[in-house]
Amino acid sequence: MAITVNRKPLTFWEKLYLPAIVGGLKVTLKHAYGTLFQGKVVTMEYPEQKWSMPENYRGAPYLVKDQDGDTKCVSCQLCEFVCPPKAIRITPPGDSARLADRANAEKMPLEFEINMLRCIYCGFCQEVCPEEAIFLQKDYSLTGTTRAEMIFNKEKLLALGGVSPGIQKWKDKLAEAKAQENFPVKL
Amino acid sequence: MDWNFIIFSLVKIAIVVGVVQGIVAYSVLAERKISAWIQDRVGPNRTAPPFMKFVPVLGPFLTRLGIFQPLADGLKFLVKEDFTPAGVKKIYFWLAPAVSVIPAMLTVAVIPFGSNLGAQKMVIADLNVGILYTFGIVSMGVYGIVLAGYAANSKYPFFGGIRSSAQMISYEISMGMSVIPVLLIVGNLNLGQIIGWQSGHGWLVAYAPLSFIIFMVASFAETNRTPFDLPEAETELVGGYHTEYSSMKFALFFLAEYSNMVASSAMMVTLFFGGWTLPFWGLDQPAQSLAMGVLQIFVFLAKMLFFMVVFIWVRWMFPRFRYDQLMDLGWRTFLPLALVNILITAVWLWLRS
Repeated sequence: MAITVNRKPLTFWEKLYLPAIVGGLKVTLKHAYGTLFQGKVVTMEYPEQKWSMPENYRGAPYLVKDQDGDTKCVSCQLCEFVCPPKAIRITPPGDSARLADRANAEKMPLEFEINMLRCIYCGFCQEVCPEEAIFLQKDYSLTGTTRAEMIFNKEKLLALGGVSPGIQKWKDKLAEAKAQENFPVKL
Repeated sequence: MDWNFIIFSLVKIAIVVGVVQGIVAYSVLAERKISAWIQDRVGPNRTAPPFMKFVPVLGPFLTRLGIFQPLADGLKFLVKEDFTPAGVKKIYFWLAPAVSVIPAMLTVAVIPFGSNLGAQKMVIADLNVGILYTFGIVSMGVYGIVLAGYAANSKYPFFGGIRSSAQMISYEISMGMSVIPVLLIVGNLNLGQIIGWQSGHGWLVAYAPLSFIIFMVASFAETNRTPFDLPEAETELVGGYHTEYSSMKFALFFLAEYSNMVASSAMMVTLFFGGWTLPFWGLDQPAQSLAMGVLQIFVFLAKMLFFMVVFIWVRWMFPRFRYDQLMDLGWRTFLPLALVNILITAVWLWLRS
């Protein structure tokens, strides 16, 4: 059913448009004064000022190092397997290459590449990683001039990722192993 | 032929056209800056030529003020692709921008923008029928818009053109009627003589305030500014009459709109606010020295720029009128008011004489 809304007829004073004009002048002047003299500006001047990202923000995925500065990744390739757009490519060490740069790790990736043009920031790699070696961090404005530039290699990913102590899994494992050398185990 | 007259006229024309173009370019910047301030924004503050980063304090300040933005805008308009859509009526399509720009520029010819510099009067054409000339030229401005709307052979520009023809013709009548009391009081059509009368008797806005209000509203309608910007109502008509235009042809419509603003600001200053005069420091008499002459030109420019700012300011104050409200206001409010105004002024003058 159609609802009829009766419009209130304008009074003579309102028909002169004068109250509206004065109101408009007041509002616009107030805002111009606020912008010019009180710094009430809503504009964020982007490259100089940036949003502060929330803790759970899903930006670009980077590799992290553990508390000793070693690569956490053990080249299990789960992230490569789970990655929906196939942005991750891992070259495992194979037989001949160096296995790992730290104690108690069996191997480390020879090369770890993320194609940032393909990455969809879904966070599956972070979720699937058993070593907590890859995290979606807060970077959101990745730019480059060529496609090749946007494929980040292991070195770059580690440099960008920084250190994330996380659960310090290997430190605990080491203590556990050391403890097991003396029998009976006292933990 | 008087060669002196020709040479000085050409120099004056060159300077006036240059200054008007400069004001037009920078009023676009002013429009953007003022709108930004009113809307709690910052406005253009990045554009700068590369060498500006070597200029210490002044460079960043001018850049933040957006002083170089009009240069970039102009360059952009010049180098953009000048696209002619298929199906336009080519001759009219090319003619329309010129037809709308030429009257806008011609209006400035009769405006006295200063008393004199040396022996030269600071007006390009000291016509005895200055006001009639202005109205004649201003009414030609509508043809450019109508032609643009028709030539584009497209729905929205056509609506824009139709609307503008109705609007501009209706408001021209109130505009013309609103000036008649001024003519009755002064008894002269020459704009220089009107300013002369005002320096003796005080500004005409005090004698004919209603005339001023009607003239101002009508000039808002004539220049297609908000709240009367129906011909280019972005929200309804895409871009209005210049939807199909690009590059320099579009820029010419822009130029015409802002030149019209300059011209009608200048007309308002001349008719109602004493032109280049100020009632103190002897500025109300024709200048004896060069410095005084220059000062009076600046007085005129300052008054004119004030009205330009009012034009821009009002744009961010009001919503657009509906088409029937616009016609109602023009024909049923301002026209009778202007007629009553003429009657009152005539009776007043008759009683005084």
